[in-house]
Amino acid sequence: MGGRKMGNLNEIAAHLLQNDDVQLIIGYGEGSAGRVRPLFVSNKKATEKLLFDSRCTQNLASYLYKKEITCLGKPAIVANIRTLRGIIRLAAEHQLEDETIIALAVSTGDDVKELRRLEDMEQYLSEADLQLKKEDKALLDKLNAMTIADRWAFWQQEMAHCIKCYACRQACPLCYCTQCTVEINQPQWIPVASSKLGNMEWHIMRSMHLAGRCIECGQCGEACPANIPIHLLPIRLAEEIRELYGSVTGISKRESCEMSSFQPDDKEKFIT
Amino acid sequence: MTNEFEPKIVAFVCNWCTYAGADLTGTSRIKYSPNVKIIRFPCTGRIDFMLLLKAFSNGADGVIVSGCHPNDCHYTSGNFHARRRWITFRVLLDFMGIDINRIVFAWVSAAEGAKWAEVVNSTVNKIKELGPYENYREIINEVWEEEKWEI
Repeated sequence: MGGRKMGNLNEIAAHLLQNDDVQLIIGYGEGSAGRVRPLFVSNKKATEKLLFDSRCTQNLASYLYKKEITCLGKPAIVANIRTLRGIIRLAAEHQLEDETIIALAVSTGDDVKELRRLEDMEQYLSEADLQLKKEDKALLDKLNAMTIADRWAFWQQEMAHCIKCYACRQACPLCYCTQCTVEINQPQWIPVASSKLGNMEWHIMRSMHLAGRCIECGQCGEACPANIPIHLLPIRLAEEIRELYGSVTGISKRESCEMSSFQPDDKEKFIT
Repeated sequence: MTNEFEPKIVAFVCNWCTYAGADLTGTSRIKYSPNVKIIRFPCTGRIDFMLLLKAFSNGADGVIVSGCHPNDCHYTSGNFHARRRWITFRVLLDFMGIDINRIVFAWVSAAEGAKWAEVVNSTVNKIKELGPYENYREIINEVWEEEKWEI
């Protein structure tokens, strides 16, 4: 297939750097305590450290637009499904241009596909499994079945642990605003300190700003140091938007944002 | 003076339809509940969901959002965009356990003075039945207890 090469991750990465096809490889490396961490490789020798296994779930697409990364040159990125969806969505929102990055699509370490164009990535994703994780689906169904008072109690209890570290925002590939509403203090939209009100308002705001854009990778929830299932909030909206308008995000560079478009006959039952 | 609960209601309305409609209610001498505080916006498309949260965090018991009927928007499509936003916003609030009955959405044109009075009155009655928004008041007036800081 056009633009696709298969082979070993480390070999392909070394080859790309040697040919000066890219100046940087964004991938995963061994971290501490048996965990993996993001690894940024610009030297051919260090490509040995790159790895990919079942622990590598982080969505690396959030590094693609960070200034300290973009200044290092053209990147190749080790991409699992969620990273690929992040790349496509960023391209759909005109944050990335075609052929400015190379995705090394991985399923296991020895089966790497080199995808140079967005089209190739779209093709790769069209054959991929985009289902939610089973435990997320189960918790979502459980919450949907609860009464409103129980849901309030559930979220109040969960959000009491929020320390407002904004790790959810930093981890999200789609939270790329250079100035976030929570950093504005005139007006002070959301209280700065961790408080019941401010925590809730922050998560409402974050989810609303991801409505119609969220690629359902669940990275925000994984980044949360308090283990709050906050990823379910934008995922719930994504679920609803898929039902209402039939749109799936992060699969086509031409997809629109459902919140910045409309149909004159959008259905609702609550406006009198 | 009675001790009956008088809800505080904030109405976010668009300049071109509902604000003019509310004006018509007054010039037509139609009486309506004084619990509502009207805030005028250029368009329903400008009414950010954060403003609704601000209303609640400042102690509102209910919120009305109203603007031009579909196809009547002064800016052609502001209300269409707003409608999608509210559809989504309600889903999120409901999922978080926030009572969406406290937010009333309406289309009120500049000619519908009587409808505006009806929207306000029915909202006030509805919120009176629901009572003060205790859940929200509880988190606004959060008390900092020392035990909270035990590690």
